[in-house]
Amino acid sequence: MNSFIELAKTLDWSPLWISLKTGVVATIISFFLGLWAARKVIKKDYRAKSILDGILTLPMVLPPTVAGFFLLLIFSRRRTFGIFLNDTFNIQVVHTWLGCILAATVIAFPLMYRNARAAFEQIDANLVYAGRTLGMSELSIFWRIVVPTAGPGIASGTILTFARAMGEYGATSMLAGNIPGKTGTVSQRIAMVIQDGDYATAGFWVVIVLIIAFFSIFLINMITGKHMKNVRKW
Amino acid sequence: MSRLYADIHKRIGGFGLNVMIKSDASRIGILGESGSGKSMTLKSIAGIETVDAGHIEVDGRVLYDSGSKTDLKPQKRNVGYMFQNYALFPTMNVLKNVMAGLGRATDDNRSKAMDMLRRFRMDGFEDKFPWELSGGQQQRVALARIMVTEPSLILLDEPFSALDSYLRDRMQVEMLEMLEDYRGQVVMVSHSRDELYRFSEELFIVSDGHIIRHGETKAVFREPWSAVAARLTGCKNLSSARRIDGHTVEAADWGITLKLEREIPPHVNYIGFRAHSFEPIWGEYQENCVKCDLIRVDDLPFEKNYYIRTVNSDSPLCWFVQGEEQKVLDARGLPDYLKLNEDDILVLE
Repeated sequence: MNSFIELAKTLDWSPLWISLKTGVVATIISFFLGLWAARKVIKKDYRAKSILDGILTLPMVLPPTVAGFFLLLIFSRRRTFGIFLNDTFNIQVVHTWLGCILAATVIAFPLMYRNARAAFEQIDANLVYAGRTLGMSELSIFWRIVVPTAGPGIASGTILTFARAMGEYGATSMLAGNIPGKTGTVSQRIAMVIQDGDYATAGFWVVIVLIIAFFSIFLINMITGKHMKNVRKW
Repeated sequence: MSRLYADIHKRIGGFGLNVMIKSDASRIGILGESGSGKSMTLKSIAGIETVDAGHIEVDGRVLYDSGSKTDLKPQKRNVGYMFQNYALFPTMNVLKNVMAGLGRATDDNRSKAMDMLRRFRMDGFEDKFPWELSGGQQQRVALARIMVTEPSLILLDEPFSALDSYLRDRMQVEMLEMLEDYRGQVVMVSHSRDELYRFSEELFIVSDGHIIRHGETKAVFREPWSAVAARLTGCKNLSSARRIDGHTVEAADWGITLKLEREIPPHVNYIGFRAHSFEPIWGEYQENCVKCDLIRVDDLPFEKNYYIRTVNSDSPLCWFVQGEEQKVLDARGLPDYLKLNEDDILVLE
């Protein structure tokens, strides 16, 4: 126990803040993007739906390193788009925190999108029709009727997205790299210290990750559970 | 031009909807079986379903016209729609549901909604959620939510089908009361002839995407004109018919020949007779009678249903007996014959 406290005192805590920041930002982006995409896709006809759905789900099915490869291909500072971003907007993705966010978002987004879509498709269409005949705007129908009614599905999508974004390793290591204090996330730190044979530090980080994972899920469940008056026990 | 004018043409797969509803009546009924197109007609008027061609107008305001490419969004039609399952928003309480169509949550809108809830005797329930309410209460909230937006037309889609039978009877009366002060037209769609007989002044019967009969409700029930319409208005006994001469017609399925005072039109294909209309005859055979040859009796709480053998074993005659008539039957026993009085005989296409 003493050595554990000793370890905590001398530890470089930066991976924790980088992982948390990345997880939160990627979840927020995925949340809105996922809801938006799900809403667009369910309005398409069967054929367009299948194609769009395939594209949007792909990053989840692919090995993260493959997604990392594609991201590197797009954003590399030696290639057209990367050069364009750098020269025009002074934006660098590779080996930056932005790269962490981008990698985590791309990998985690499908979880948000798929859960939101499944939840939207379960909604009684009459609720939307009723909103329309009552004169509510489409935007108001979406945010005041559809999203709250789809609450449980959206909440689980959000939890899974956060968990996935926090733990992202493969694509992140390729796109953002493992620069301590900059892009070094917890999962990359664990892999690194294990390679050095430092099982004590690795174990320490594993405990931290377990605690965060459990409490974030618990927290979201508590927040959303209070507002889900329409969910019945069965 | 009538107050409500809906000429709707729409095709979905193999089904074609081609209906024309024109009415000045304040309570309009549309009767039809499920899949006949009656709900789709209602959804088309509200703008929830798209229409291929036609013209929809309410109180002189054009909602849809394929010629001039007018197609108002449902939001702009000012047509209230009550769904079969009421479609109350499950995450909103009663008050928020009623306020949903009023826009911003101002004090003014809140008091408007509260007034409406009071009118429908739902005050005290404003903090409840839809699933905490009974079917009848949900219906009142749904109607309050519609009425508070002051629609120029109200559409009721099978409003009583989600209720159990006791509540159904009560809500039918209540619905008429709740709509009493409403100045606009109300269209109710149902497969239940009882509901519509009670509710509507003018009735349209829809079958397979077409209006097959319309008119003043009681007149439509009295003279349905076609076999389909007769069946939908609750005529239990139908037989194919063969016209012999101007005053004689053979009801082939019942094995009898009927003589009528009135002129029988040449296009008669069916004869109908309502199950409550038979006159029991004891003793001698009379004209337009069938032998009372009993197959089976069904004992119901307030009536007995007698099934009488005919030449066609697939179409026995149904004779429904209630109250006083049943007492006579209990005293005298089954009659020898059942008489089909001319006034009750339906001559159908």
